[in-house]
Amino acid sequence: MAAVTSIKAGSRLERVLRSGRFAVTAELNPPDSADPQAVYDRALVLASVCDGINATDASGANVHMSSVGVCALLTRAGYEPILQVSCRDKNRIAIQGDLLGAAAMGVRNVLCLTGDGVQTGDQPEAKPVFDLDSISLLQTARTLRDGGRFLSGRKLDSPPKLFLGAAENPFAPPHDFRPLRLGKKVQAGADFIQTQYCFDIPRLQEFMRRVRDLGLHEKVFILVGVGPLRSAKMADWMRNHVPGVVIPDAIIDRLKGTPASRQQAEGKKLCVEIIQQVREIAGVSGVHVMAYRQEELVAEIIEEAGLLPRRGRAETSAAEPKPKE
Amino acid sequence: MRFLQNYPRFLEIAYDVTHNLLRPFRRWLTRGGRVERFFVRVEKTSKGAIFNCRMCGQCVLHVTGMTCPMNCPKEMRNGPCGGVRPDGRCEIFPAKPCVWVQAWERSQHMPLYGSQMLNVLPPVNRSLHRSSAWINDFTGDAQKVPPGWLP
Repeated sequence: MAAVTSIKAGSRLERVLRSGRFAVTAELNPPDSADPQAVYDRALVLASVCDGINATDASGANVHMSSVGVCALLTRAGYEPILQVSCRDKNRIAIQGDLLGAAAMGVRNVLCLTGDGVQTGDQPEAKPVFDLDSISLLQTARTLRDGGRFLSGRKLDSPPKLFLGAAENPFAPPHDFRPLRLGKKVQAGADFIQTQYCFDIPRLQEFMRRVRDLGLHEKVFILVGVGPLRSAKMADWMRNHVPGVVIPDAIIDRLKGTPASRQQAEGKKLCVEIIQQVREIAGVSGVHVMAYRQEELVAEIIEEAGLLPRRGRAETSAAEPKPKE
Repeated sequence: MRFLQNYPRFLEIAYDVTHNLLRPFRRWLTRGGRVERFFVRVEKTSKGAIFNCRMCGQCVLHVTGMTCPMNCPKEMRNGPCGGVRPDGRCEIFPAKPCVWVQAWERSQHMPLYGSQMLNVLPPVNRSLHRSSAWINDFTGDAQKVPPGWLP
């Protein structure tokens, strides 16, 4: 567990993590719609079972409603959003402006990402920006928050209060560099980490062992990415088409060995099992559930994994949590 | 000339030696003149042949395992993205090996500068594009961080 230091943003997610409770975040897939109701419908099934809702920023380089837009809607309704910012579509000028705008709308959590290449998305003809990378983006956000200024040095009248997140993929090569890269992210300002989908527990255990050796688990809250696989076919597709997702053959075989009508239930069961195994690993502070087009399953998964209830009254009040020993 | 990248130990010594050889002449290494034009041409040819140099003007090769990070389709300066394929190839161009997988391996053979890969690098100064990295190194332009950048 990360040590208690001063509260940086005062977000609900930050309070849950600093109080030492096992946190749950979930991903909301933004709609292809200009109707706010589409966002509220999706948020409704997630909000009561998690401590924060990630609004993806054109994930997979496919255009959807913007993350800032989704987050602004979510804060209006009293939900706890996590703004995802990718470096693919915006330069440092646009990103710093968005961070201020989002903070003004009440957003208190930001996940700093490099982003998938435009080539993987629905508009591969677009110009990739990548002015910053995830680590320089993190430090930029920290400059705004802790330095109270833009990268240019110009002072902010009121700095944004943001709980800064970053991603890590323990399952992608070069495996021995990944924990060190996590260290770079902590150095740049990461307060929490959300990992890529975990389907390979031994690999995660090895990664976390190195993280603990480096003492990083005391400096950053690590939320492990999990999610249900709808079918063997979908698992196969994800493995081949979603960048960075590693699914071992054993998992695919297990789904293939299940009749097609029961594969979705099996995928959900598998996800619950992974959450339970992840919880046992020292240094893991929570899970991040990504149920692409299966949002309705998230509540069941979190309940079956024994992670309910999530939002007691004390948590929703503005009262400061008791510090952990 | 790309094969030279597989000798990172040799390259880091070559970097060190070049740096020391140029240092006495740093007074004449200024931007915007004939000297810079000469350096740009030499760098384009030599670093282009060896590293597929993109002339960002802020060479960090010794910090990135003697592998040019600007060859990464995302121009990552601080390490690999999360999309690296299980076989170590690029998420975007599956035919190419990930620049950072190579950089990490090569840095393991660089006792002088290999460990510097753990430093956080600031964003690229895009205004230095197509200028001489060697000259920027001696004038200090290459090491400049954005004015507000927190240490």
